Amino acid sequence: MTTPERTEVLTGVRVRGLTVAGVPSGAPIVDSVDLDVRPGEILGLVGESGSGKTTLGLALLAYYKRGTQLAGGSVAINGVDLAGAAVRRMRGDAVAYIPQSPASALNPALRIRTQLGECGGDDARVREVLREVALPDTDVFLRRYPHQLSGGQQQRVAIAMAFLGRPDLIVLDEPTTGLDVTTQKHVLETVRKMCATYSCAAVYITHDMAVVAELTDRIAVMYSGRVVETGPARTVLRSPQHPYTARLLMAVPDLDGRREIRGIPGHAPSPVRRPAGCAFAPRCPLVVDRCRDEVPALEDGVRCFRAGVSRFEVVERVEVPVVSADAALEVRGLSAWYGSHQVLEDISLSVPRGQCVALLGESGSGKTTLARAIAGLHPRHGGEVVLGGESLPPSGLRRTPLQRRRIQYVFQNPYESLNPRKTVRELVLAPARVLLGKVPDGLVEDALSQAALSPELASRYPDQLSGGERQRVAIARALAAQPEVLVCDEVTSALDVSVQAAIVELIAGLRERKGLTLLFVTHDIALVRTVAQHVAVLEHGRIVERGPVAEVLAAPEHPYTQALMADTPRFDTSRFSQ
Amino acid sequence: MTAAVAPASLLRTAARTGRTRVGLVLVALVVLTALLGPLVAPHDPTDFVGVPFGRDSLFGADNLGRDVLSRFLHGGQLLLVLSIAATVVGVGVGTALGMVAGYRGGWRDELIMRIGDVVLAFPQVVLALLFVSIAGPKVWLLVTVVGLSHAPRVARIMRDATLMVVERDFVKAAEVTGTRRLRIMTGEILPNVTGPLMVELGLRLTYSIGLIAALSFLGLGLQPPTADWGLMINENRIALTVQPWAVVLPVVAIAVLTIGTNLVTDGLARASAGLGRGVER
Repeated sequence: MTTPERTEVLTGVRVRGLTVAGVPSGAPIVDSVDLDVRPGEILGLVGESGSGKTTLGLALLAYYKRGTQLAGGSVAINGVDLAGAAVRRMRGDAVAYIPQSPASALNPALRIRTQLGECGGDDARVREVLREVALPDTDVFLRRYPHQLSGGQQQRVAIAMAFLGRPDLIVLDEPTTGLDVTTQKHVLETVRKMCATYSCAAVYITHDMAVVAELTDRIAVMYSGRVVETGPARTVLRSPQHPYTARLLMAVPDLDGRREIRGIPGHAPSPVRRPAGCAFAPRCPLVVDRCRDEVPALEDGVRCFRAGVSRFEVVERVEVPVVSADAALEVRGLSAWYGSHQVLEDISLSVPRGQCVALLGESGSGKTTLARAIAGLHPRHGGEVVLGGESLPPSGLRRTPLQRRRIQYVFQNPYESLNPRKTVRELVLAPARVLLGKVPDGLVEDALSQAALSPELASRYPDQLSGGERQRVAIARALAAQPEVLVCDEVTSALDVSVQAAIVELIAGLRERKGLTLLFVTHDIALVRTVAQHVAVLEHGRIVERGPVAEVLAAPEHPYTQALMADTPRFDTSRFSQ
Repeated sequence: MTAAVAPASLLRTAARTGRTRVGLVLVALVVLTALLGPLVAPHDPTDFVGVPFGRDSLFGADNLGRDVLSRFLHGGQLLLVLSIAATVVGVGVGTALGMVAGYRGGWRDELIMRIGDVVLAFPQVVLALLFVSIAGPKVWLLVTVVGLSHAPRVARIMRDATLMVVERDFVKAAEVTGTRRLRIMTGEILPNVTGPLMVELGLRLTYSIGLIAALSFLGLGLQPPTADWGLMINENRIALTVQPWAVVLPVVAIAVLTIGTNLVTDGLARASAGLGRGVER
């Protein structure tokens, strides 16, 4: 950005000092951002939730969400300033947007032909673009409604809509969230091809470092509304200069299993409570006094006084040999239905005591149903769930308090699983009160400290906690019941990567220290290696492959597992500490 | 982020809007009149102090020669008490039924909601008239009938609110530990439906006031010689042109009270829907 020849560019997108403030607080949600994107170039805008990346993406289209407003700076496309009346003509023509969820962005009541027609262009043009995004251009297809398309097809229709007007700038807001990895791979290929064909400047907003590594040419890392590091994708990923970028990369699970994942302690400040100096200072291990008083400027693509001073050692991952143990939990011939629809078919699974089995599958594979059936939350199932040699009734309500106590369940979304009207203390005590009869002294403090939470949080309400803290409370709640088996249902999928890494560390630590038996449900194959000793791969309600993690990931036998391994984006950080 | 607002903050949010403040002032005005009125009334409400429809005192005398001001000051208390009692009965029963229907579902849901549909088919006044004309005008009956005629309306709203909460994982989390259903309803669900509950309370209070005043006016509510605003309107309407105060005072009081509770309710509804809260996060 600061190299001389780049500041001269007139083609492409040029952003200078862009600031978007919240209303009425006036706190900058996006704080003096400078960006350049050349035609045909894809810029990856990376950041965790609340970093202001979506607000910035929308501001590039001169769109401000309710409660935000432009507070300074400019966006110019090919030398034309995107301000005032000009932008209305340019939207859909010079600038386009691809939203996160195509299912809600397409109007369910309109046929594909009508939707595409609304974006301008005649019939021939519509068919041309459809061919370009690898969709059929037949009349049959054009007559369809959005719900008749798959998720990947919907997203490609959204891409086609965006490219109809041959835009100069396209903003993609996490367009592959919610798609399975194989579909994601195809969508990413389409995006790359379309941007090259139309030599269109693209801004790709995401929290997924691996996607960025595969797709983008340049990267801008956002933290608390500021771009903290920017540069060519390879350079930034290989040798990150800003401590936040480095820590973020270390938090990404490594599919190849060569390094351990490490979370970032603490959480990002909201725009209102942003500290006076560098926003990352409170979490930064390299912090010096100057960082707390003074906001560092973006120099050579880094906003840090300590840029490149010292890198972090990558922690080499050591493969621990799997010891054999008796089964703490066994599932025998389990089948489950939703109404008349069978979602699980003849599942047999054994979870060795004190070890972790990962249940890997994509959405719709039945992995959550299996976890719920084990926990007694999905009574409509046949077959047997055996806990320590004892067969459990299908419905949780028919199980004895002791049986219920021994299996505890942690839900996917901590924003949903904690009653917002109860304090942390009440939340943690609730299952213990029902299941333990007599509540021992200091139970709450003990459970909180096991979940690495400060006991001071006991009097808070969930709304006053960050996402990671909430999930820790949910884990503390499960621990308070003193379980033998902990069922974790996608416990990190609602959280940021840096928080995910910390939660995974916590769960793995609990297994090692307390000998907890774990069933870890996930869709992320890269996480499996970090957390589990055994893996069972679910596809369409059946287990297609199982075995020790190291063996399955090293040489997957089933085509589905092979496809998962091949399609999952990855990036090589093994050398970034040089 | 959930849109849930704690009850205390709901009231505080609502109180920030102009309409709620105006509403609160209006309600306070009428409530204070009704509560403190009997203490400052110049005469007993049943004392004869002048000729019928005489105009000697401030607001004159009524159809039997009783002091209008004294009867007005005495006449609100019972109306308010009865309205509040009927509202509590109606919203209480309705909430319980709605939560059972929403949480348990199945035949309980069908049974409760279909019986509710039958009750909803009759206008509230007709229903009240039916029972009161059979059993005679008794205070407890008035409260019960008015309250129960609210119940199916409240149940519908609370059932919907419950359905939204039941889907959330914290209810499942309580179930998986084997918490008793009653505890789940009171401990997990009820605190999360307080938004619609507050709105219903306000709304049903407004209707209760109107309904009980209307029944008194029709002669099926409170009986003479009780001083009561609805009854006063009925007793004195024949002399509206000669001695308007005996009708105007209670009419204005009921109107102000109804408008006031409506404004407060509206403020609560907006606060719980998040309108006018702006984007704070």
